[in-house]
Amino acid sequence: MSEAFLKLKGIKKSFGGVQALKGVELEVKRGEIHALAGENGCGKSTLIKIISGVHDATEGEVFVEGKKVGKIQPIDAIHMGIQVIYQDFAVFPNLSVAENIAMNKSLLIGAKRMKWKEAKKIAVEAMDQIGAHMDPDLPVERLSVANKQMVAICRAIITDAKLLILDEPTTALTAKEVHKLNEVLRRLKEKGMAVVIVNHKLDEIYAIADTLTVLRNGETVAHGMIEEFDRERFIKALTGRSISEEYYRPEASDEEILRVEDYTRNGAFQKVCFSMNKGDVLGITGLLGSGRGEIGDALFGLAPAQGGTVWLNGEQIKINSVSEAMKAGIGYVPEDRLTQGLFLDRSIQDNTVAASIPKYLHRGRLDYTEMYRVTEDWIEKIGCNAPSPEPNIRTLSGGNAQKMVIAKWLNTDPKLLILNGPTVGVDVGSKSDIHAILHELAGKGVGVIVISDDLSELIQNCNKIVIMKNGRSSGMIRAEELDETQLAGLLSGSEEAEHEQ
Amino acid sequence: MNSKIKNTLASNEAIVVYIIIGLSLLIGIVNHSFFSVSTVVTLSRAILVTLTFAICEMIVIISGGIDVSFPAVASICMYATLKIALAFNIDNVFVVFLIAAVIGLMFGTLNAVLIAIFRLPPLIATLGVSSVANGATLAFLGTNVISNIPDKIDAVSRMYLFTFTTKDGMSFSLTILILIPIAVCLLAFFMLKFTMLGRGIYAVGGDANAARIAGFNVKKIQFIVYMSAGSIAGIASIAYMILMRQADPSVLMGSEMMVIAAVVMGGTRITGGHGSVLGTVFGVILIALVQNNLIMLGVPTHFQTFVVGLIIVIGTSITSLRAKKISNSAKV
Repeated sequence: MSEAFLKLKGIKKSFGGVQALKGVELEVKRGEIHALAGENGCGKSTLIKIISGVHDATEGEVFVEGKKVGKIQPIDAIHMGIQVIYQDFAVFPNLSVAENIAMNKSLLIGAKRMKWKEAKKIAVEAMDQIGAHMDPDLPVERLSVANKQMVAICRAIITDAKLLILDEPTTALTAKEVHKLNEVLRRLKEKGMAVVIVNHKLDEIYAIADTLTVLRNGETVAHGMIEEFDRERFIKALTGRSISEEYYRPEASDEEILRVEDYTRNGAFQKVCFSMNKGDVLGITGLLGSGRGEIGDALFGLAPAQGGTVWLNGEQIKINSVSEAMKAGIGYVPEDRLTQGLFLDRSIQDNTVAASIPKYLHRGRLDYTEMYRVTEDWIEKIGCNAPSPEPNIRTLSGGNAQKMVIAKWLNTDPKLLILNGPTVGVDVGSKSDIHAILHELAGKGVGVIVISDDLSELIQNCNKIVIMKNGRSSGMIRAEELDETQLAGLLSGSEEAEHEQ
Repeated sequence: MNSKIKNTLASNEAIVVYIIIGLSLLIGIVNHSFFSVSTVVTLSRAILVTLTFAICEMIVIISGGIDVSFPAVASICMYATLKIALAFNIDNVFVVFLIAAVIGLMFGTLNAVLIAIFRLPPLIATLGVSSVANGATLAFLGTNVISNIPDKIDAVSRMYLFTFTTKDGMSFSLTILILIPIAVCLLAFFMLKFTMLGRGIYAVGGDANAARIAGFNVKKIQFIVYMSAGSIAGIASIAYMILMRQADPSVLMGSEMMVIAAVVMGGTRITGGHGSVLGTVFGVILIALVQNNLIMLGVPTHFQTFVVGLIIVIGTSITSLRAKKISNSAKV
């Protein structure tokens, strides 16, 4: 076995008290394509930044070609032969292909003069190496995304790169372009280069990778040859969930907390009916445009329904505006957390109390001490990884920020909490925390509605599911009667699945 | 090769040349004496200072910034330098240029600190510096026009590269000071095209973040750009003083619009990353034609301001539409 080009041992990194990496092991050999996989927020980008010298590790050791590496700057990483291709490629749109490709090398050797002929020669050679064909005089702004990526790869390899790291290289590529990219990467591998691709799409990883390292919650949870991983093992490593995970099955109760009848908004949904009892977590799903999200918007008064009746805890309520919905005790965690759920430039405290400001108003003055105390409480109760109520909410990861969006509503003592896509862009750990919070709420008699297109999430966390199709609702289906395939069939309207029902 | 010729003929520079030719023909039809050596000499004199400013402005804009402080900086350089020269009996043209360059350098450094270190938007930073420089001139140095320029310095205004005498005895002389913009143009051309510093200026203007990742020292590049713009503004101010044979603390104020218009007309994209010395030369010539000769076409003086304003609006629109067209066009 040849020695690893890059070896990371017990890498830890924290940002202002938030532990982004909790112990990463990684070993990349020359002449192999190594996939670094993990869900959003698992610490992949932080890890790349440590390898490329942008960040320092708080703890742990980095070895390059067997030699221990101390504190480094980005330029040192480049000198060691480590090149990173970022998602936006970091190319210069205004400069020619040739100049873009040759620039790094000129800078690396500290050139003072710009030699155009040489730049062109270097560019053509680099393109030949990977089998790309572009006019070296063309400005890069005229290139397609895939070709910009090729420019970035050419630029990386002419600096005698020994390790090429590609951060989510396939996000903006078509299937054909991905195929081309894979060919290029295989060529580089044959030349003895070590290649790391950061990705979380299984099929793409199986198509190209030789070895695999899976990160979850800032830790290496699995690594080995790609052949050792069947899909099941891979998914389990990625998500941390085993197939036989527990389902949410509350005790049956007769106490009805929500009933919606003939709910209608023209152009969005028609005569939607459902009800839920104490302890229920109700899932609403459907394809995009089926009206699933619009029901949430209507119940919270964002886009009020025109017809139908809603009873909450036995009382008929009218919801024509957000303030009416809030007065009735309804909370809404919107689909787009960043633009709809958070004041990104405000502190955690401001965000937590945002929906319940009147509570802290005493004789025309806001009780900041109380707000601080309450926020501290919520951070603790909801398991948010934040040092104090003071930092900007922007500094929190997706999962932690989402927890605070939920805390904001819990602070209003809601009777009904509607969550639209509650775990989109949330890391696995926070995901299960959030699910636990929802179950606890349901147990206390709060109505919980989860709107989602994540079918496994629905099956595991809801006990009743409503399927929306073309603006109409199916009857309520008990989650225990379904598995994911059946549910998917129902969504797209496959007759077979419907027949089984 | 054919496509290369086609590209050249459709380039920004070429379009400005077409406009210049069209406008010259128009003026020439109205005023037959327009096509003569005297026009060239007058025009050279007229663009001398503007061109020097414009080259600096172009470099600043290519780097992704903008500088509206140079008229004020040039004014204080000119006025303070003359005051110093008079107070200490300095009567050496090179020393005078040096003093002005140093004062300009100081203001350029101030711009650079505000933009590169404090990260102020360049427009705000240079507007502020402009106000400071102009206010300082008028408040601390004086408001009067000074005409008693020391003899040896004043003598430069009568040094000519060549003199041309017409048949009826009128003579036109090309001032030696024209060497300043010529030198600045040549230096800028070689710097931008053949040095890594020059390419770095384009790179920073194209994508500052990518430039940082590639290993350019973005702050250093910004410092060099604004500092040299400041000191060259100082040098140009002395050329202007010698040419006008007086130092007027407010005559240059307001010329920034003209200069930016010329730069933009020459094909420099206001958003940074694009621009050429040749284009800027043509842009300056076009603006000078508009300024000096519209009157021959019977266009009233106030109308010129209107026309220059239009040129800025149309010129910037064209460049931005071009950029948009490129970003929407089919990619290869």
